[in-house]
Amino acid sequence: MSVGTESLVTVTATINGEPRTFTVPGHRTLLDALRSELGLTGTKSSCTEGECGACTVMLDGHAVNSCLVLAAEVDGHEVLTVEGVSVDGGTDLQQAFLEHGAVQCGFCIPGQVMSAEYLLSRNPDPSVQEIRDAMSGNLCRCASYNRIVEAVRQTATKRVSTRG
Amino acid sequence: MGDALKAQEVGTLRPDGNVGTRTKRYGGLERASGAQKYAADLDFPEALQVAIVTIPVGCADILGVDTSEAEAMPGVVGVLTAADLPSPMPRFGVSHKDRPVMADGRVNFYGEPVAAVAALTQEQADAAARAVTVDYRELPGVYTLDAALAPDAHLVQDPSDPTKRAGDPLRETNVIEEQTIAWGDLTEQEAKAALVVEDSYSYPMMTQFPIEPLAVIAEPTDAGGLTVYTPVQHPYLMQRIVAGLIGKTLTQVHVIAPDPGGGFGGKQIPKYEPLMAFLALKLDRTVRLTLNLAETTTAIRRAGAKVHARTGFSAEGDILFHHVVIDYQIGAYADVAPRVMTKGSYVGGGPYRLPACRIEARAVLTNTPVSTAMRGYGAPQISWATESQITDGARRLGLDPARVRLRNLVDNGEEFVQGEFAGKADGEWKEAVVKAMELAGWDDPLPPNRGRGIAVGIKSSATSGLSQSLVRLLYDGSAIVYAGTSDMGQGARTIWAQTVADELGVPVGKVQVISGDTDLVPFDLQTSASRSTVFMGTAVLRACRDVRRQVREMYAERVGADPGDIDDEPGALLTPEGAVTLDEAARIGLGALRGEVLGQGTCRLEGRKGHPLGGDASFYEFNCTISEVELDRGTGQYVITRHVSVSDVGTELNPIQVVAQEEGGAIMGLGQADMEQLVFDEHGRLLNASAIDYRVPTYKDVPLELLTGSVENHDGPGPYGSKGMSEGPILCTGAALGAAVTAAAGVKVTDLPLTAERIWRATRAAAEGAIA
Ligand code: FES
Ligand code: FES
Repeated sequence: MSVGTESLVTVTATINGEPRTFTVPGHRTLLDALRSELGLTGTKSSCTEGECGACTVMLDGHAVNSCLVLAAEVDGHEVLTVEGVSVDGGTDLQQAFLEHGAVQCGFCIPGQVMSAEYLLSRNPDPSVQEIRDAMSGNLCRCASYNRIVEAVRQTATKRVSTRG
Repeated sequence: MGDALKAQEVGTLRPDGNVGTRTKRYGGLERASGAQKYAADLDFPEALQVAIVTIPVGCADILGVDTSEAEAMPGVVGVLTAADLPSPMPRFGVSHKDRPVMADGRVNFYGEPVAAVAALTQEQADAAARAVTVDYRELPGVYTLDAALAPDAHLVQDPSDPTKRAGDPLRETNVIEEQTIAWGDLTEQEAKAALVVEDSYSYPMMTQFPIEPLAVIAEPTDAGGLTVYTPVQHPYLMQRIVAGLIGKTLTQVHVIAPDPGGGFGGKQIPKYEPLMAFLALKLDRTVRLTLNLAETTTAIRRAGAKVHARTGFSAEGDILFHHVVIDYQIGAYADVAPRVMTKGSYVGGGPYRLPACRIEARAVLTNTPVSTAMRGYGAPQISWATESQITDGARRLGLDPARVRLRNLVDNGEEFVQGEFAGKADGEWKEAVVKAMELAGWDDPLPPNRGRGIAVGIKSSATSGLSQSLVRLLYDGSAIVYAGTSDMGQGARTIWAQTVADELGVPVGKVQVISGDTDLVPFDLQTSASRSTVFMGTAVLRACRDVRRQVREMYAERVGADPGDIDDEPGALLTPEGAVTLDEAARIGLGALRGEVLGQGTCRLEGRKGHPLGGDASFYEFNCTISEVELDRGTGQYVITRHVSVSDVGTELNPIQVVAQEEGGAIMGLGQADMEQLVFDEHGRLLNASAIDYRVPTYKDVPLELLTGSVENHDGPGPYGSKGMSEGPILCTGAALGAAVTAAAGVKVTDLPLTAERIWRATRAAAEGAIA
């Protein structure tokens, strides 16, 4: 790959509900584009090889590791990041994370929030085992795992009861 | 416990206060919404991106470094090699100033920087780094303890180099430091023993694996100094070391330490910051190094160890003697590892009443990446052996291993290390064992193929320390606390906010906590050894009380009262006319010009000369862990069905943070017991740096049932009787899990991690032995 003569791609995508256009080298990952081109640093970079889940975002409603997606691939698609799911004062899920002590160093947490929201969008009332299975791609070295599971369970219960 | 800590008023919990409640994490919402700025999130539009040049072996003489091709590549602004640095090569370290800013003619470990390239983009820097040609001759490096201790071993640190280890009697060996702790007469006790257990154990090298990788930004200032942004646990140590290396004053080196995304000990001591400082000064440009997780794994690790132990028991289960020989594999440079060895081995006899004990420990240099502090320091390595010995003794004597521990555990105030530098229990440690047994259902019968194991762990906390804090009570009743502790996930900021809220009567939401900036925040020695609650907590408490004292005096002067007639309590002044809230009293005292009340607090604990730890421990962390497994005998695979961790915390200042730390430590301990290890090849190359190959616990590895508990006797030296608690649950996890596996499988495994393969092999060997 010859650096400098690298072909640039212009990408137009819906990012957190807003149309955005940016130009990046063809090999730039979605993760790097979000963080450096769009200033959306809530999505974290850690392993950069699809193993830790810190970079989880939603692409057309599916949770993906943004370090494994090329920015060019999201042209014409919809991307939702942690900034896009957050509201002032925190969502019910984010507040549940705090109530249950799930946020320790916090570095993995944006990715955990995205994976949990994705899970709840597919399975509104997941069991403990289902949460563990669905979120097993999100590492937390502070090992807040049980705290997060409690937070997701509580959120699911509350959401189901308000909807039902 | 040091007098400085003992003498102070620690205060009692307010029934209606914040301390002691599940106050939500300070900065938690920012973390959950992505707004929190970690080091890599800071924006430096003008910064050059840096790539480090290394060679693919662990030990080699560097014959030449050719940067010409790299320098001509697009976007490259500059390259730093050893030739750009002062001669002799500047070196840094804590106890030993042995680590060069970059490889000094010889690479001593895999990953040691040979050059650094700065370019406009990361892609350009990476490409140019690959274009740097390093001519080297591989040397017969020592990558294992056995190789390093062999009679004709290659010496990791050149004994002829006058800058290193001058006057050190061990300089012709790879042993950088050694320590023996001994009391009683081993031979005499052995003569009385009904059983002697003897075995060898190994504890692999592991890595801290913070999800936030290392990141450094160095920015030259107009005044000829530097601002260094780095997510470190010890910003003031970083400032001192960088200033010393580049020959500047402390005022010229400004360290900004964004809250680390996990540290676990791995972010204490400088790694790439000195190199980045020289690079920034050479180019007079802001330079930025952002590693990924695998590169971070290569840069920081915990010392592995090999242990040989002999332990004698009476028929009733009294431990009569314990003799341990332990070698810690510390890597190419000292970092803090000699201290990992001394502190770990000091408690190597365990928290027991031992008539005779001898712990011989060595810190051994090898051509492996530099080991540093990690949660538990040097205690988990030695406890793996000591506690496995106790379990084995109990098993062979047909005694209950929990009750053997209760029988031998020291009582509060009793010595578990004897001699001039004795160590004494500072808590009701048996209560933790009893509580863990209750939580685990210790005496309940188990179905077949299940096994339960118990272990206890102990660790000495800081033996000296200095923390300074400022608290500003503002005119509108809000407050700002300055505390130099790094909040890396343990929740320090929350504790300071809770403390200030209670002591000054300010709503917790109106307390702001400022940390991580050496220009703004007063000195704090370090964030390590679970010290912060005790040391910085005391400094914050004292700063609050200084505010109260001043408010009392100002108020008395304004209203014309005798200050002696006014008392203060958390949040209020008590006047002869009744109670006045502190913020109201402050407003009256401050008067028309307004302003604020500025309090300061210091907590200082001096060390003790000659003490093997440099001083008496300010407190001990004590933990009891019980693990229960279900084993598949056919494959050696097992599931952790229940895991119980109980620590003596003194007082829970924030119960939800205590649970999070206790669970987090337990799970990290289990990872280290059942899956984690760094693997090097015969050239000293790390083979499993990536997150794919170095496994850490995921959601699926959490025990089916994870139960935690605390012993609270309000007997710690910290505020409200607290003790530090973040390391307890990792101290003896390996031995508890090992004991559970032994109980289920009927065989003993002496090497960590406890993989299915090891258990299967041990089971097979035992079966074959039985047949033969
Ligand atoms: S950074 Fe994408 S999965 Fe780890
Ligand atoms: S909270 Fe620290 S890694 Fe998850």
